[in-house]
Amino acid sequence: MQVHWRQSLMSYTFLAPALILLAVFTFYPLLYGAYLGFTEYNGARFANHLPPQWVGLRNFETVLGDPLFRTALANSVKYLLVVPALQLASLAVAVLVAKNIPGIALFRAAYYVPVITSVSLAAVMWEWVFNREGTLNWLLRALHLTTPEAAFGWLNNEHWAFWAVMLVTFWRGFGYYMVLYLAGLQAIPEELEEAAILDGASAWQRFWRVTVPLMRPTILLCTLLSTIAALRVLEEVLVLTNGGPLNSTYTALMYVYAKAFQGFDFDYGVASAAGLVVAVVALLLSALNFRFFHREEEQA
Amino acid sequence: MNTALRYALLGVILIFAVFPFVWTLAIALTDKTAGSSIYAFPQSLLPSRVTLHNFVDVYRTFSLGKYLWNSVVITGLTVLGTLLVSALAAYPLARFRFPGRGVIFGLIVATLVLPSETTFIVNTLTLKNLGLLGTHAGVVLPTIAGAFGIFLMRQAFLAIPAALLEAARLDGASELTILTRIMLPLTRPSLAALGIFTTVTTWNAYFWPMLVLSGAPDKAPLAVAVLKLKGQFNYDPFNIAAGSIIMMLPVLLVFLAAQRLFLRGMEGAVK
Repeated sequence: MQVHWRQSLMSYTFLAPALILLAVFTFYPLLYGAYLGFTEYNGARFANHLPPQWVGLRNFETVLGDPLFRTALANSVKYLLVVPALQLASLAVAVLVAKNIPGIALFRAAYYVPVITSVSLAAVMWEWVFNREGTLNWLLRALHLTTPEAAFGWLNNEHWAFWAVMLVTFWRGFGYYMVLYLAGLQAIPEELEEAAILDGASAWQRFWRVTVPLMRPTILLCTLLSTIAALRVLEEVLVLTNGGPLNSTYTALMYVYAKAFQGFDFDYGVASAAGLVVAVVALLLSALNFRFFHREEEQA
Repeated sequence: MNTALRYALLGVILIFAVFPFVWTLAIALTDKTAGSSIYAFPQSLLPSRVTLHNFVDVYRTFSLGKYLWNSVVITGLTVLGTLLVSALAAYPLARFRFPGRGVIFGLIVATLVLPSETTFIVNTLTLKNLGLLGTHAGVVLPTIAGAFGIFLMRQAFLAIPAALLEAARLDGASELTILTRIMLPLTRPSLAALGIFTTVTTWNAYFWPMLVLSGAPDKAPLAVAVLKLKGQFNYDPFNIAAGSIIMMLPVLLVFLAAQRLFLRGMEGAVK
């Protein structure tokens, strides 16, 4: 018993730093943040040491009634279009780099470099690409798809800024999912592939009938990860367009951030309520993802 | 698929992946006194007059050294803190039975899936109350206890044979001695992996340091400061490109040195 008691004491001592930090900076803000969503609380109250005041669902009425938030949420949902594009491309690239041909390691490594690029650097570099005089317009001109007179800055255009930002998200993400898919591909036993070849299956058939079914767990994981990431997109928007032009790239988390830290009143209550709405949507989408892929699995 | 087609496809994707870096490097190396525009394609992709002057210029005029140092301090503190906190927490979770272990482990796992949309608001308020808003400690402290590090170290500790620990205990070694003299040296690869991943993530982090240090711009790391280069009245793309390369270089070197770790390191996430 004595040993046990000492073991427990030691365990708690070693765990203490992690537990204290997690309590203060993860669990407390989760709970308190949820609570703030139901209160009136802003920069003035905080500065004057006034406690948050319970207002029930008022903030949610404010948020859901705010046209800006509805635009933001719609943009975030629209942003989910990046998920299928990103997943299909990453899987295809993973298949492409899975075969060990000379120099393949170099390609794998190079495709991963955007993943380890800071979002602020991505902003600096892609702004030159998207500039009115930039590479994208030059390329389109070279392909005779546009004329110098028709050129515009992609990030300043209310119809195109959204897709330009999404392209940067795609660029920063495909190498990451490629590595996950590559790991999944390499776990598939070679005999299965060989057996399919002996049975006369074409490359296309082998991909859809052998590779994809066996990759289902990886596909589920990657789709979940990228769905959540897409719904939570904030940094790209912040550094590339700051939500503009004309709110065309304003996303849900941008709204949370802006309500809490931009403007005059630092409305933490309304911002927290908006954050909760986004969290609920994220949870629903995860559940949906999960069900979708499980249903397919049952049928297979 | 035939080989030529395969390489052609690989080449196109390669251009998409690395073009922004290559062009940025080309701009950074271009002699701006030659008076050419960065948008004069395709000449601007291959600088005719190469110089390193832009690097010196941006370092001097933008006091880049200050921001570099901030990045180094923030990254260094975060890596040290993460390794320390993760190893300490992982040891009992891997090796001891004590009341509450299941609950504690469950809580740590839960942090991976809990919706965190509002945490940055409350954390900012907490830091303000603690007087840490606008300090490097304020950037670092909330980020060092994470499930990823604790998991990674726990897996590493689980792989060490129990007999080794028993022998040390029979010799009268304390648990702290066992941790520092046996466990940590034997799990050096995992510690290195965690350190490298943390280094890259922290060096590149934008949103959180931007938020915490928004009132103290002199303490901002490069990832935050580099965007200020864009807003400066004397907008100079050559200097911006040079600053960007300086910021990217450490991460690129770490990546090249630990490439296999990055490209294989995530397999655990799939299995």
